[in-house]
Amino acid sequence: MGNFYLLSLTTFLPLVGAAFILAIRGSEEIVARNARWVALWTTVVTFILSLFVWGTFDAGQDGFQLVEEFAWLEDLGISYRMGVDGISIFFVLLSTLLTPLAILASWTSIKLRVREYMIAFLVLETMMVGTFCALDTVLFYIFFEAVLIPMYIIIGVWGGKRRVYASFKFFLYTLAGSVLMLVALLVIWRETGSTDIAAILAQEVPTIAAEIQPWLWFAFFASFAVKMPMWPVHTWLPDAHVEAPTAGSVILAGVLLKMGGYGFLRFSLPMLPVASFDFAPFIFALSVIAVIYTSLVALAQEDMKKLIAYSSVAHMGFVTLGIFAATRQGVEGAIFQMLSHGIVSAALFLVVGVVYDRMHTRDISRYGGLVERMPKYAAIFMVFMLASVGLPGTSGFIGEFLVLIGVFQVSSLVALLAATGIILGAAYMLFMYRRVVFGELRHADLQNITDLNWREVAIFMPLIAIVLWLGLFPQAILNVTGPAVENLVVNYEAAVEAAGRTLDEAPDVVLDEASE
Amino acid sequence: MFYLLAIFLPLIGAAMTGAFGNRLGNRPAQMMTVIPMLLSAALGCLILAQVGFAHREIETVAINWFSSGALEVSWAFRFDTLTAVMVFVVTMVSAMVHVYSIGYMAHDPHVPRFMAYLSLFTFFMLMLVSADNFVQMFLGWEGVGLSSYLLIGFWYKRETANAAAIKAFVVNRVGDFGFLLGILGVFLVFGSLDFDQVFAGSPDIAGTNFNFLGFETDILTTICILLFIGAMGKSAQIGLHTWLPDAMEGPTPVSALIHAATMVTAGVFMVARLSPMFEYAPIALAVVTVVGATTAFFAATIGLTQTDIKRVIAYSTCSQLGYMFFAIGVGAYPAAIFHLMTHAFFKALLFLGAGSVIHGMSDEQDMRKMGGLWSKMRVTAVLMWVGSLALAGMPFFAGYYSKDIILESAFAAHTGLGTYAFWVGIAAAAMTAFYSWRLIFMTFNGPTRADAHTYDHAHESPPVMIAPLIVLALGAIFSGWLGFEYFVGHEMEHFWNGSILMLGEPDIIEAAHHVPEWVPLLPALVGVAGIALAFLFYKMMPTLPARVAGGFGFVYRFVFNKWFFDELYEKIFIRPAFRLGHGLWKGGDGQVIDGVGPDGVAAGVKNLAAGAVRLQTGYLYHYAFAMLIGVVGLVGWYLITVFGGGAG
Repeated sequence: MGNFYLLSLTTFLPLVGAAFILAIRGSEEIVARNARWVALWTTVVTFILSLFVWGTFDAGQDGFQLVEEFAWLEDLGISYRMGVDGISIFFVLLSTLLTPLAILASWTSIKLRVREYMIAFLVLETMMVGTFCALDTVLFYIFFEAVLIPMYIIIGVWGGKRRVYASFKFFLYTLAGSVLMLVALLVIWRETGSTDIAAILAQEVPTIAAEIQPWLWFAFFASFAVKMPMWPVHTWLPDAHVEAPTAGSVILAGVLLKMGGYGFLRFSLPMLPVASFDFAPFIFALSVIAVIYTSLVALAQEDMKKLIAYSSVAHMGFVTLGIFAATRQGVEGAIFQMLSHGIVSAALFLVVGVVYDRMHTRDISRYGGLVERMPKYAAIFMVFMLASVGLPGTSGFIGEFLVLIGVFQVSSLVALLAATGIILGAAYMLFMYRRVVFGELRHADLQNITDLNWREVAIFMPLIAIVLWLGLFPQAILNVTGPAVENLVVNYEAAVEAAGRTLDEAPDVVLDEASE
Repeated sequence: MFYLLAIFLPLIGAAMTGAFGNRLGNRPAQMMTVIPMLLSAALGCLILAQVGFAHREIETVAINWFSSGALEVSWAFRFDTLTAVMVFVVTMVSAMVHVYSIGYMAHDPHVPRFMAYLSLFTFFMLMLVSADNFVQMFLGWEGVGLSSYLLIGFWYKRETANAAAIKAFVVNRVGDFGFLLGILGVFLVFGSLDFDQVFAGSPDIAGTNFNFLGFETDILTTICILLFIGAMGKSAQIGLHTWLPDAMEGPTPVSALIHAATMVTAGVFMVARLSPMFEYAPIALAVVTVVGATTAFFAATIGLTQTDIKRVIAYSTCSQLGYMFFAIGVGAYPAAIFHLMTHAFFKALLFLGAGSVIHGMSDEQDMRKMGGLWSKMRVTAVLMWVGSLALAGMPFFAGYYSKDIILESAFAAHTGLGTYAFWVGIAAAAMTAFYSWRLIFMTFNGPTRADAHTYDHAHESPPVMIAPLIVLALGAIFSGWLGFEYFVGHEMEHFWNGSILMLGEPDIIEAAHHVPEWVPLLPALVGVAGIALAFLFYKMMPTLPARVAGGFGFVYRFVFNKWFFDELYEKIFIRPAFRLGHGLWKGGDGQVIDGVGPDGVAAGVKNLAAGAVRLQTGYLYHYAFAMLIGVVGLVGWYLITVFGGGAG
């Protein structure tokens, strides 16, 4: 292949940028300015590199591509293996797209320790991209866990008042999960004799003994459910978001939450299909609770960031529903929903960041009537709000619709309960928008608030373009995810049937009856 | 391809105005929207002429939108007679409303925004009526909902307008919830969301069951009822009607276009479009009949008591939509669409006429503060007369033809529900005549109740507002007479050309032409009676209404308060939702989950090692670093114990 380590280059270029920033000398002001520019250029170039990844990717194939492999810990059989398939490739792009925007969003709002801040983001980018590219379980684990470190630092150093509490919560949840996942990965290693993800996935079913599948499944579940986050292990998220600086929230909501869904798709579903099938009702129950419960909680929020954080939990509920429905539309919808939510929730946190930078409060009641002074802001906010409520024509619709189509084939009841989310979602988002943007401009200190400047507009424009593009021409994504998802679903169904479970494929049943 | 131009011209106008309107100013913004809209209306007439009258076959365009496995959704358009009628009505009324808005909104500071929203709405409405599959229809459906939300809340400083906008969107979403589930069911059963394939498959599916929510239910009945819930939301049928009266917070041209002539009829259109499914689901049609007839009656009763001029017309719209639905319920789809068209003309006329009054009366909407306006605005008054005569179903006005055929169809159905719909419809017709003439008398006749200042300044509207009214008045007079033969008369079969399926043999419309002689006379008679009663109440004996209201104290309060729907919903849905949300947040998340989870663990840790408190220095990277060490340590430990041992 002529792609010389394109994935590794994409993954580690940000680390090189971080090294450059470390080398900057001079007064604090010079360091800060140079750090910003180096970080921006590095992340932009990384994004361009990732576009090449997409460009060279062959959408017709369902396997891993751009694979790289080097012996690493040969005695243990662990190698440095990288590669992407239709499931992971867009998460790489999502990470490389959001990082430069996060850097831009921090341009003026971060004034202290700019050097360290920029380094943290660059390291974070490497770890995120690495997570989605890693094709070795150990390598994956390292990237997956290491993502947390820069995130902790970002929240802890540049965060709000209750950052210690928030980080402690985050720490407790994720630590419990990650230990269990490590054990699970090690057991899989022993069972299959390999740490090569591609090799494990390629093995004939059943790969892993049915008796231990449930245990392994729960071990993975513990880790990924916290990351998603699923109800009831979601309470770290609102606190983490509230304390994180804007750019931290952007990456947290935009990329980090997707790692759980990615984990389910990469490990739980293909490696433990029978357990996934058996526990699907459990996941459905938690997801439906997540959709309804957190939507109701979102309705009661007074803090904009908390509201969006809770809405994220509800949206992620759709993702887990789609994944464990394990139908073509369900899984593709889940991936699409993650990508869409990555863009939309990131944008919404940026939207909150804009007024937070000006007023230093996220309290909904401290706003109102912003449209009077900030028409551009109101329009942009409107677009993302509508995408969040899943209006057709925006990216949010395609994901939700596909998920519901997929879930309805498995259970109409689950689909019905989940679909209540479209009512509640509209209620809490519109209610927030009204209180922030519409009404009289009452608060005296809002009288001179300024509309978006060119830098802020430049951040939002690509995001709006993507939201509409994905809504109107989603096939660009679905063409790539299709073959990989088809492969995943076919293998899953074969494994489930081989284990003696019956898949309830309702449509065939009905049509058979009808034709008789 | 010029058919598509009719759909996309409004979008182009909206986009240009949205992008440049504020910079260019009001006049260019108006031109950028009105001219494309007028062109679109011209095309709309042409489309109706070619498709409806010349039966031109139109090949539909289809481009892939998204596909996933068996699911394939296209951008696809269909131009049959049903669509052509809708395109004609929508573009025509919309063009008139656009022109009217030039005058009505002249003093508003946000003219470009208003015009852009109007055109955007028109685009989505046209997408809705021309869609060739469920998903694209849903896009138009949600799109008009969005435009409606934006326009109801157009005056964003008013708290009531904002509340009404949200209410409209959320209540519609409740309907959309049903619509969406219906779409999911369609895909499950038919494996496709294209109309052609679904319609072709319906006869085979009829009578078979599937498992829905754990129950064995008839497939088409279930799906059609779910879809109808969507129609109920959009068309403000009883139960999901509460948003429509509140939507009157929007500027009056909006009420005329969206909340009278076009968007609210989308539900009627949807069921007519899906006639090949509904025809095989008799129970669903029975539900449609009951809901429609009940709404027709219930909304008419409320219309009797309201004092806001726009709200009276709003409830009247609600009631007239009920007529259309029960017509569909008995299988008389052409009659429903016929009434949809005539109603679009006379109701838009009434709304815009009311707007003309409001405009002339310095934004007063309360009829108790009007009266005596005849001398001030004669043209408006005459046009309102025309609209009210048409609404009351007086002979030779448009409403006469369409309302009669609906009631005759209901009678001719000879079913229990049909008869129920017929008598309820007759009662509603009487009330309709009463409240529309109550409106006329309270507004234009008698001594004025306005304050002197307002009354002195009351004036006739400018020509730019009157001209569209005249066009609509022509429609309100002639559309029934001109359309009768084609829509529901001898030319019917040719005209519809298979775009609507009716299974009955002979069909219900045919049967409706052969009902006893008193049946066609009755609606006109009760209409005259209603008008006479209104004359008595509001012209002859102005003290009578208060006495009657007092005499029926409870009934009056019940009706005046709109059957207490809003209060009921507030109590059982809205407040509990907020309270539950708050409870789950503080109790569920705060006390139970965090209490048992992280906070509980934290407290435990503190008790175990009080010394650890000193470590809480507040610098998070201490924690992060500790975690890093922990992770590395764990990895190392496992590698050594599990695999070091295994390898060695």
